[in-house]
Amino acid sequence: MTNEITNIVQVLAPHFEGYVYPNEATQQPLWGILIVLYPYITGLVAGAFIMASLVRVFNVKALEPVYRLSMLTAFAFLLCAPLPLLFHLGHPERCYEVMMTPHLTSPMAIFGFVYAWYLMAVLLLELWFDYRRDFVAWSESTPGFKGILYRLFTVGVTDVSQPAVQLDHKTGQILSIVGIPSAFLLHGYVGFIFGSIKANPWWGNVLMPIIFIMSAMVSGIALCVFNYMVLTWIRRKTVDMKCLDVMGMFLFYALVVDTAIEGLDWIHRIYSAEEGFRVIQYMAREKLFYTLSLGQVTFGTLVPLILLGLLQLVRRRVPELQRRRMYFASACLILTGVLAMRWNVVIGGQLFSKSLRGVMGYKMEFAGLEGWFMGAALLCLPFIILTVFVKLFLAEHEQR
Amino acid sequence: MKNQLSRRSLLGRISAVAAGVLAAPVAKAAKTVTQKLLVASDAPKGYDPTQHEWVMAIDANRCIGCGLCAEACKKENHVPEGPYFRTWVERYIIRKPQPGSGAARGETLVDSPDGGIHGYPEAPVPKEEIQHSFFVPKLCNLCKHSPCTQVCPVGATFDAPDGAVLIDPTYCIGCGFCIQACPYGCRFLSPVTKTAEKCTLCYHRITRGLKPACVEVCPTQARIFGDLKNPKPDDPIQQFYQNNLVEALKPHLGTEPRVFYAGIDKEVR
Repeated sequence: MTNEITNIVQVLAPHFEGYVYPNEATQQPLWGILIVLYPYITGLVAGAFIMASLVRVFNVKALEPVYRLSMLTAFAFLLCAPLPLLFHLGHPERCYEVMMTPHLTSPMAIFGFVYAWYLMAVLLLELWFDYRRDFVAWSESTPGFKGILYRLFTVGVTDVSQPAVQLDHKTGQILSIVGIPSAFLLHGYVGFIFGSIKANPWWGNVLMPIIFIMSAMVSGIALCVFNYMVLTWIRRKTVDMKCLDVMGMFLFYALVVDTAIEGLDWIHRIYSAEEGFRVIQYMAREKLFYTLSLGQVTFGTLVPLILLGLLQLVRRRVPELQRRRMYFASACLILTGVLAMRWNVVIGGQLFSKSLRGVMGYKMEFAGLEGWFMGAALLCLPFIILTVFVKLFLAEHEQR
Repeated sequence: MKNQLSRRSLLGRISAVAAGVLAAPVAKAAKTVTQKLLVASDAPKGYDPTQHEWVMAIDANRCIGCGLCAEACKKENHVPEGPYFRTWVERYIIRKPQPGSGAARGETLVDSPDGGIHGYPEAPVPKEEIQHSFFVPKLCNLCKHSPCTQVCPVGATFDAPDGAVLIDPTYCIGCGFCIQACPYGCRFLSPVTKTAEKCTLCYHRITRGLKPACVEVCPTQARIFGDLKNPKPDDPIQQFYQNNLVEALKPHLGTEPRVFYAGIDKEVR
């Protein structure tokens, strides 16, 4: 423990050590679990979309079985992405001002536009072009409410002639190409929201957007592995092992790059050891030991890295069942690890004083807006939406 | 053929809506900027912010840590009870080095119980072990390049032409981004209004020719307030610059504060 942090003069409250600015001596950090979930969910969107683009743009045929599931995953999570942001506002009823009177130097204001662009211009349109032919077919074959719904989704465009379908395909491909940089922009901007805060040595960092993009890709691919395996299990079908192996391969390489960049970030911090380094060091060793050293590094990165790395080397010698288990365990660990990483960034960045002389404690409550329950509910919501989407758009497709 | 056209027209309609959505904010942003210049918060009619350049200087050598300034501020500005301060006073105690430690000075102890409003308890270190002890009043640093203004997503916080950094409470969405961006811990989210709050230099007072409440009550004139554009004869601000070598807090962040300090130590952050 460093001098600067032990210099307690008067104990303010049990959960403070050292000196914190009086305005920082609040019971809870300003940004709680909601802001932890916001970059997490947004990252899953970007990652799942990149996963889908591997099929569309890079023509990875083996991944075709998960293409639509990835797109629907991205869409379901994107619908929920702004919710935590909205709920945490002091005045949620003024949220539209972010779009109506944006302050253009603010990363948060630009995020509104990037989000809108991504939702409206990329995901929604791409999904529509993707599904249009199916909508037309389903609207004719499905009776009742569902049929009406499908007819609504066609927006009256019912031409399924060869040139029309080709045009759909081509437009979808163009949108997908536009979508890749858009997905990077979406999550890069989330990283920039934190990276742009020079007042906070834990956040203010040029690598932050890149770290966010890479961890987003890792978590997004892991989510697709998770969803695919759970869905096949629920439907009692067999997993396409070729597809799973390729997903595992991409997951491994994305994780390698992500680990390298996050490692680089730490090497830079340790080597340059700037003003805030001592407090950062203390945070990593003491305050964030469980979520950083165990959650993020050991179980969220190293263990999956070993599991997936082993599978790259000796895939053929591992029986299918073991392989499936290893992929599933890796995906779950990565998903938890990336959530821990968001926690470490968002909460960790607020657990020390900007005077760099003290640290705060934080014990999350169960109830309330920033409590466990709300967090869990918000994390379940996209899965519920995804279930509806899968029922509406994926079951039918597979039956076709 | 009909269907082809309908798809094209659908795309056309989508583009038109998108263009409208994109153009509306530009128009509204222009309107807001104009509004802000015209109705700058609590200023009286006829106050021209372009004719002033308000600055604050702190002479830490004079501060006795009575905390009257912090108390006056709370009362004057109806600052909520609890850990919410527009201004506060910090106490620094630098210990003598341990004998044989080879250090020039010992550890630094900092505190600000309840923002210093009720004064300070006895020093936790015996008098003979103290090398230096001093008080540092803190407030919004009135940055020229204010990071809080830069990050506000709706432009609710803004730099007035007279140097004050203000918040429009009817506009603030309460996201807390500015609070994260302020390197000096000068902002808080009010539990009452659910908007960000900070020192306004008592804008309602200074625009009527009065001093900020904290300056008014300071018994030792440790807080010095003035207008760089309208210097008076024996202007205290001019004298302050004349008589002291001054420094600003956290200069490496490039925020260029307009609040200058005399008599503080490197330990002050």
